[in-house]
Amino acid sequence: MELHGRYHEMAPNVVPMDYTKDPDVKLPMQLIINMPELKENPFKERIVESFSEDGEGSLSFNDFVDMFSVLSEMAPRELKAIYAFKIYDFNTDNFICKADLEKTLNKLTREELTAEEITLVCEKVIEEADMDGDGKLGFADFENMISKAPDFLSFSFMFHI
Amino acid sequence: ENCPRQNRSSNSFDEESLSEEELAMLMEQVEQRKKLISTMRNKPWRMVKKLSVLREAQAFVEKFEGALGKGKGKKLYAYKMMMAKKWVKFKRDFDNFKTQCIPWEMKIKEVESHFGSSVASYFIFLRWMYGVNLVLFGLIFGLVIIPEILMGMPYGSMPRKTVPRAEQATAMDFSVLWDFEGYIKYSALFYGYYNNQRTIGWLKYRLPMAYFMVGISVFGYSLMVVIRSMARNANQSTADGDDDNFIFSWKMFTSWDYLIGNPETADNKFASITTGFKESIVDEQESNKDENIHLRRFLRVLANVLIICCLCGSGYLIYFVVKRSQTFSKMQNVGWYERNEVEIVMSLLGMFCPPLFETIAALENYHPRIGLKWQLGRIFALFLGNLYTFLLALMDDVNEKLAEEDVVKNITRWMLLGHHNSSMGNSSADTPPPLDPADVPRGPCWETTVGIEFVRLTVSDILVTYVTILVGDFIRACFVRFVNYCWCWDLEAGFPSYAEFDISGNVLGLVFNQGMIWMGSFYAPGLVGINVLRLLTSMYFQCWAVMSSNVPHERVFKASKSNNFYMGLLLLILFLSLLPVAYTIMSLPPSFDCGPFSGKKRMYEVIQETIELDFPLFIAKIFSYMANPGLIIPAILLMVNSLRKIPIKLKINQHPSTCLKLLTHVNLNKNDQLL
Repeated sequence: MELHGRYHEMAPNVVPMDYTKDPDVKLPMQLIINMPELKENPFKERIVESFSEDGEGSLSFNDFVDMFSVLSEMAPRELKAIYAFKIYDFNTDNFICKADLEKTLNKLTREELTAEEITLVCEKVIEEADMDGDGKLGFADFENMISKAPDFLSFSFMFHI
Repeated sequence: ENCPRQNRSSNSFDEESLSEEELAMLMEQVEQRKKLISTMRNKPWRMVKKLSVLREAQAFVEKFEGALGKGKGKKLYAYKMMMAKKWVKFKRDFDNFKTQCIPWEMKIKEVESHFGSSVASYFIFLRWMYGVNLVLFGLIFGLVIIPEILMGMPYGSMPRKTVPRAEQATAMDFSVLWDFEGYIKYSALFYGYYNNQRTIGWLKYRLPMAYFMVGISVFGYSLMVVIRSMARNANQSTADGDDDNFIFSWKMFTSWDYLIGNPETADNKFASITTGFKESIVDEQESNKDENIHLRRFLRVLANVLIICCLCGSGYLIYFVVKRSQTFSKMQNVGWYERNEVEIVMSLLGMFCPPLFETIAALENYHPRIGLKWQLGRIFALFLGNLYTFLLALMDDVNEKLAEEDVVKNITRWMLLGHHNSSMGNSSADTPPPLDPADVPRGPCWETTVGIEFVRLTVSDILVTYVTILVGDFIRACFVRFVNYCWCWDLEAGFPSYAEFDISGNVLGLVFNQGMIWMGSFYAPGLVGINVLRLLTSMYFQCWAVMSSNVPHERVFKASKSNNFYMGLLLLILFLSLLPVAYTIMSLPPSFDCGPFSGKKRMYEVIQETIELDFPLFIAKIFSYMANPGLIIPAILLMVNSLRKIPIKLKINQHPSTCLKLLTHVNLNKNDQLL
């Protein structure tokens, strides 16, 4: 299995070749975010955190497979939307609030925008997508907005392994 | 929760007879488990949970499925289930195998990680075109060219298959061959080679009928494949994308290209995202600005007038050049330029007019996305105008040749008479020796001429494209890299710097090239083979050129929406290339001495002939009733109507589930707030 090969080669001393006995091996975040698919991604830490069982960012093999299956071409849109929401929710309170938006924007632009520009953009995003008027994006708001996006399925949430 | 039920079922399984009720309940549980297994993928559970639930469900299904058949039916049912499972496994293995067989996957992935998905989408389009052309080539080669070569009369046996005596001296010269005259003209590559014998060989293969049907199925297959691809693309992309309601949200959440794996590209992407945000902010802040509407309108009208002038000018130029080439062909001693003037002019127009249009469009001051649409529309109009002018000029040529045919028929009659008389004088045999095929005077064979023109146009297009890539990208990159050391200004940052990959130019080139192939393949069966070779070498050549001499785009270019736009363009070009071919089949008489339809009044008569001679009588009667316009017109209207309904159905399919979800979520949230 190709995924197992990739998992194994990140830490050949720790990951056993034989997985039938279901060993309890977890790889730390530092190793995973150095994978070529994730290396250049500004959200790599959040991606790994959302798929890790303990929330700290270490992935067991099952979590690893989970991550690549959600991010593959075959995963359905609804599933991707659920995980996208988790990833952009930096403080894991099940809402994308203004602080989360600011963090997302800073990661996307590598902090090249001025404070006013950041505030303007975040306010515009909340104005556009917030349907229930609570000043932050719940999952329903996020899904409603992302399901209409033409690029969401094509390259903005997918790896080719 | 299912444990007690399981125990009870396993107990009753031991008994020989199961009651109706228990059977029904068992069947329902098995169906439930099966549904769970099939929708497992969509559930947002952790992998561990998914695996354990999956294993439990699969074990349950396996254990009790066999029990569901009653008595004798039990074995059959179990057997059916087993075959169904084996079939699903086989399909999955076959799908895996098919995915591995897709050619150039690694190459395209490499391009994708360096240049982003939009550049890679061009190569995916190129690969798809290659597949379609390969199928068309297989059809034509297997059903038309091979039978004629293997079972038809060989070269030299008939006038149409032999180089005329006058041309034999120069028939092998490279310059003659390059113009597709000489031995190539009288080979299976062109229409004129084919014999009009109704059946050939021991298989009694109906070649003229096959030629006609293959010509039609080329268009039919292409139509089917393009529509299927459009439907698939439409399924994947949901909204129009012109939806302006979520500009900032989409920029925030969908602008990062997850497929980027290269630090340089990532840097570019960060920069372009930042620029994109800044531009949107500026747009937002300036949206209330007051503009001088009248000046803008005047400038736009002026720009359109200028462009229409350019289009008319280029159309006239082509007409003039084609007319001139006809007078050249009658002269002796024409130079290389005169022989190739038409192709050179068309390629030059195609190269220089688009940048000209872009410069004029600067007057219009449109939003870049709208400006791009106008630009693409104008390039489309340019190519279309050029192609149709070329065709019109060619039609004049064809009509001239048709008039010539009567003259040639007379000459042939006199010549045969003369030959007959002279040979009767020498021997006392009753029948004269047959005239050598090379000496028989030839009709002008307009179909082969048309085929030759299309092949020459395609070849010159290929050469111009490759030379442009070589000079415009590779030589330029070499120059910038090596001369930079001893040049006054920084060549890499300023002018000319490295080239970016021109996606829309390349895609349009591919689409128009395909249009020419569709138009020419009826008259030159070998043209599709040439195109297959071209696409194959293009794939390797362009991959190499892109990786070695291009830099990633500074501006983002959305890949997804454009895909269906280019497919739509391809569909339009397919219809437009069908028109001239259909016109010539329906209304022009085929040449009297060359091609599979020679001797008939119209090409489509081959169908009537086949129906009358090969099929039983009643089928002929049925066809004659079906050909009634009263039946055909309603049938066409029905087809058009059902084609119109397809995009509406596709849109409806996508929305209901999301609508419902939103309603339930909003309701839940509202309830929370109320509480």
